[in-house]
Amino acid sequence: MSGPLSENCVGTSRNSTAQTWTIRLFRQQPSRLISNPRLSTNFAMADIDVKLASWKLVEVGRLVLIRRGPFAGKLAAIVEIVDHRRVLVDGPSGEEQKTVPRHVLPLAHATLTPFTIPALPRAAGTGPVKKLWAKNEIDGKWAKSSFAQKTEKADRRKNLSDFERFKVLRLRKQARYEVQKSFAKVRATAAKS
Amino acid sequence: MTNEFITGRLTEYQVIGRHLPSEANPTPKLYRMRIFAPNTVVAKSRFWYFLAQLRKLKKANGEIVSLNVINEKRPLKVKNFGIWLRYDSRSGTHNMYKEFREMSRTEAVEALYQDMAARHRARFGSIHILKVVEVTDADSIRRPYIKQLLQKDLKFPLPHRSANPGKKLFAYSRPSTFA
Repeated sequence: MSGPLSENCVGTSRNSTAQTWTIRLFRQQPSRLISNPRLSTNFAMADIDVKLASWKLVEVGRLVLIRRGPFAGKLAAIVEIVDHRRVLVDGPSGEEQKTVPRHVLPLAHATLTPFTIPALPRAAGTGPVKKLWAKNEIDGKWAKSSFAQKTEKADRRKNLSDFERFKVLRLRKQARYEVQKSFAKVRATAAKS
Repeated sequence: MTNEFITGRLTEYQVIGRHLPSEANPTPKLYRMRIFAPNTVVAKSRFWYFLAQLRKLKKANGEIVSLNVINEKRPLKVKNFGIWLRYDSRSGTHNMYKEFREMSRTEAVEALYQDMAARHRARFGSIHILKVVEVTDADSIRRPYIKQLLQKDLKFPLPHRSANPGKKLFAYSRPSTFA
């Protein structure tokens, strides 16, 4: 915040009313606008770079994350589009507990992921889907995604025992101590120069 | 596995009935119908209702020979169904043909009842389903709302939706809709 504006704020808290504060603020603004270099710049029309938004599409082969229902939190591939609200999904994951049987999923219960199985034929059976799933290393790609890592971390944190939670506390303290130590060093050198 | 979370409203029944055998005719003609009903009681009732309209035969002088459920042959395949129906509106009787894209005949008929209730305020009692046919040939699909789903390499985005479904009604921050 600029200098005069913060002075105004201090002024209100001291003795003047809220009304005078607002008037002062408005008086302040025009000069601030002119002095703002970003707003006074002239844009040339040719410089504006218009990019198409890259939407994730509902398409055959798109991987979706199921957010509700009995398979919430699991990954499945769109095998066929039933209509604009529902898709047929199948999730023959390599890991046994992460498989999703073929069923109709409302798109309202799904989140589209950036991953696809390219060239998945329409209405492919579970066998071919499983093969292409493994070939495209979907499980590995998903495990590396930030969402999967975050949820995995949250799950692990949730299931810690009391002693493990205590260990986390100690480790976090140690890490913080190291950070503060190096920061203090930098601050000391900055103050000297 | 699939039946665990598909809770259908309707079931398709095959009902076979005939006139009570008499000395004049010890082997009366059998009549068979495929009926969509919530349970067997309604299925039998609908059977007699329809049969009385077509033949001189009613429940009092007839009997049900057999009643069994017709299951969908491939419930994991997306199919297009054409349904012919007749319904009584507030001002008259109309015939209609509608198309549905569903996994089974019963689901198509369920969707039909919902659709008729929504668009025409027609209830179960005022609708007769004449014929339910699976349309295998994409060229013989008549309705544009089903035709648009059959184009090659169909794809579409889902613009403006909350990234975190199932959120509470009130939130302390504006949701991001660019998911």
